[in-house]
Amino acid sequence: MNNKKTLATVWLDGCSGCHMSILDMDERLLELLTHVDLVYSPLVDNKTFPENVDITLVEGAVSSDEDLHKIKMIREKTKILVSLGDCAVTANVPSMRNPLSVGAILERVSDGSVIRQPADVPLLLANAQPVHNYVKVDVFVPGCPPSANVIHSILMDLLSNRKTNINKITRFGA
Amino acid sequence: MRVVTLTINDQLLSGRDDETILQVAKAHNIQIPTLCQLDGLSTWGGCRLCLVHIHGSDKLSPACVTKVTEGMVVETESERLNKYRHTIVEMLYTEGNHICSVCVSNNNCELQSTAQNLGIDHISLPYLYPSRTVDASHERFVFDPNRCILCTRCVRVCDEIEGAHTWDVAGRGINSHLITDLNEAWGESTSCTSCGKCVEVCPTGSLYEKGKAGGEMVKHAEFLTYIEEMRKNHK
Repeated sequence: MNNKKTLATVWLDGCSGCHMSILDMDERLLELLTHVDLVYSPLVDNKTFPENVDITLVEGAVSSDEDLHKIKMIREKTKILVSLGDCAVTANVPSMRNPLSVGAILERVSDGSVIRQPADVPLLLANAQPVHNYVKVDVFVPGCPPSANVIHSILMDLLSNRKTNINKITRFGA
Repeated sequence: MRVVTLTINDQLLSGRDDETILQVAKAHNIQIPTLCQLDGLSTWGGCRLCLVHIHGSDKLSPACVTKVTEGMVVETESERLNKYRHTIVEMLYTEGNHICSVCVSNNNCELQSTAQNLGIDHISLPYLYPSRTVDASHERFVFDPNRCILCTRCVRVCDEIEGAHTWDVAGRGINSHLITDLNEAWGESTSCTSCGKCVEVCPTGSLYEKGKAGGEMVKHAEFLTYIEEMRKNHK
């Protein structure tokens, strides 16, 4: 076994833009992977979230019962939980549905000729909410999406136990 | 008018006794955050972001309406002040629906930059998700109350500079909101001259020009000080 740290990334209610930004680190990904093993992510083929993950990057708001179940499980298995991007940090665009009721939204998307809530589709919660409204978050990284540079600095700082001055490098909407 | 000496953040400074703490601080490159104050408009003191600590008083004072006095000792930064400012900005975020990423004023917004400068990286207070209807009835401009922070700059510029008084505030407390004329659609307003001054002074993307996409709405409030200067010279 090696002594590399473990990194996971998860995708809740977001557009995948934050994951695209992770990929935008380009050749720096190779260097990053000399420091960490990517043990769970939409980008790798592991179906179960492993135990004792050092760092988990969370993209997206908590919008459904499935998101809620996932994030609680992930929190238990993660040492440093990072809210990555505005959807995780503020609920951002997914929260634009919040002033409306879930019933009104489902009626809008289907006139009723197909089942509005099939059994295998996660139930929407009343509001799309930031991750920290449900579980403790250790690091907040605003931005829509945070740039590859920002994600790279955050990860390198976390791996070397440096504190990042987040507001110097990103902000809501950036 | 006479000159007074005072201390701001351990710096010995001088100013005129008809100036406010905010004016003297600004003249000496000391930044005090504010969202409702704008050069060229009357001061309102409503946003409370410019609260400062004056030695000898337990109460905090708004720098935009407090005149400097001889021997005054002022602190503009402290843990206590920072906590209040954090809470105020967080409340502004939770009381409306501010989605920076899709806003016309993204990266040109005073609320957004104030939050960043204060070191706010998330909102810890619960969001209220109010239901507010956008008024796009005007031919050239849009009013999106979801992004309004009730700084009343539009109300003041419309009344004091344009002389139309199309804008005003209705309701009380958390239910306060902007209205045009007697709570009629902006496009139906008979008092609005369509001058666009309200749009230019609005610190967020609440008032904007039609046709602007995300991040395209850049405001220019500097015309106010020119108007102020020219009107003074014509007296």
